[in-house]
Amino acid sequence: MARRRLDLTFPPSQATKPIAYHLVKDFDLTPNILRAQIQPGQQGRMLLEVVGPREAIDAGVAFLAGEGIEVLPAASDICLDEDQCVTCGLCTAVCKPGALTLDNDSKLVFDKDKCVYCEACVVACPRRAITLRF
Amino acid sequence: MAKSWEEINARIASGEAVVMTAEEFGALAADEGVSAAARKVDVVTTGTFGPMCSTGAFLNFGHSDPPIKMGEITLNDVPASGGLAAVDTYIGATEPSRTKGIEYGGAHVIEDLLRGRAVHLKATGPGTDCYPRTEIDTWVTLEDLNQAYFFNPRNAYQNYAVAVNTGDQALYTYLGTLLPRLSNATYCSAGALSPLLNDPTYRTIGVGSRIFVAGAAGYVAWEGTQHNPHQDRDEHGVPVKPAGTLAVIADLKAASPEYFSAATFTKYGVSAFVGIGVPIPVLDEEIAETLALTDADLKATIFDYGVQRRSRPALGQVSYAQLRSGSIEVEGKTVPTGPISSLPKARAIAAELKRWIAQEKFTLAAPLQQLPQPGSQAFKPLEIRTEEAI
Ligand code: SF4
Ligand code: SF4
Repeated sequence: MARRRLDLTFPPSQATKPIAYHLVKDFDLTPNILRAQIQPGQQGRMLLEVVGPREAIDAGVAFLAGEGIEVLPAASDICLDEDQCVTCGLCTAVCKPGALTLDNDSKLVFDKDKCVYCEACVVACPRRAITLRF
Repeated sequence: MAKSWEEINARIASGEAVVMTAEEFGALAADEGVSAAARKVDVVTTGTFGPMCSTGAFLNFGHSDPPIKMGEITLNDVPASGGLAAVDTYIGATEPSRTKGIEYGGAHVIEDLLRGRAVHLKATGPGTDCYPRTEIDTWVTLEDLNQAYFFNPRNAYQNYAVAVNTGDQALYTYLGTLLPRLSNATYCSAGALSPLLNDPTYRTIGVGSRIFVAGAAGYVAWEGTQHNPHQDRDEHGVPVKPAGTLAVIADLKAASPEYFSAATFTKYGVSAFVGIGVPIPVLDEEIAETLALTDADLKATIFDYGVQRRSRPALGQVSYAQLRSGSIEVEGKTVPTGPISSLPKARAIAAELKRWIAQEKFTLAAPLQQLPQPGSQAFKPLEIRTEEAI
């Protein structure tokens, strides 16, 4: 099983296409929409995680591209500005998946692979040191 | 083995003083015993870096030509007090901006000043014979100001609450986001490094104590607001709930943005992380006993912020060691914890203060006046009543 994060850009005409349904039904993938900014008739963005066999993911990506959707590997779109961070640790109290934790010296450790882009830390950080970007 | 303030200061002046942070002292006492540690060490340094809402600065702008008696004053759109003399003001940390709300406030103005940035000053005045100008619009930097000093009415809380939420809705508080149904707990103290936990009955910390305030050498000016020495205490005499506080004063011009950081708590408001460090002389074994306490010995009380009343229900006590382990037990549930007060910064402050004393011969000042002691004054709530009821 492989896991891949994809950054999808939908042309206005495709914004409402049920792509998750097709990825499940036609390619046997498990999709997980981490973030989406989609409105009918407008260009949309989606951060999508897919889990499944490597070949199935490749086929699914080819399907998406064939639908006119631009597919890019998800860039590191959650950013921690270390100059702003005061290592208070408050973000760790709201990060349920454990992407933000404190080490034995109470220093902040950020494991982006565990992030599910819930934005809880973005709201909780009193220094506004964490930002989420598509 | 009692040592006097004078002896300790003489050792600091001659560069012989043995100085340790509270963590180092705790480790030494665990190894060699409290008596041996007390004999060996002259001064223990403490530090804390947490959000402290009752923080602000007095500023004097100097006079324009023609002069103005400033009434309505804003700094980067943040209102500052016009209730002082013509060109004096007080900017409070929690004051929100008129345009950006709580995303930028008085604390951010102070941080910008500390960073050397120019700040937009606008003021209006009534226009009087001696102050004919009615409006001013200019830019100022910290360097331009005649005086700029912190006067923080309440800093360095002696212990604080552990906050949880048993309700069904997330709460946005000054202790961070509290997730519903006991899904997290936040706490806010430097624990073993916290200044007032190391001197629980304020023997050595009082009015006139020389301390570290946001990177500058400052003083304890008075008891802090809401100073409440009567809180429940443990077998060491250390409060297990929020108790004593300090009002502090220090030169903003000597302070550093390393140790002062503006903060915004979503749906709550503006605050400021302030770095406070207090040196404590190891006068005798009695003070050494509390200086030697570690996070495993120091406890805090868990309060349910899901009950939005002045008296929130207490749900038990936990040690700072448990809190730092990452989870605690509350009502049979394992609850993940997160701090608000920065331990790395608290360590840096205690280390910097140690350096001041050991290398820059920063001597200690014995209190000119004691802070109110346990049993001395009642802590009063605010009742809502009519004039007739008085
Ligand atoms: S976005 Fe959510 S999962 Fe990601 S780091 Fe922040 S709190 Fe954790
Ligand atoms: S809440 Fe913000 S300032 Fe505090 S540790 Fe997390 S990222 Fe840093």
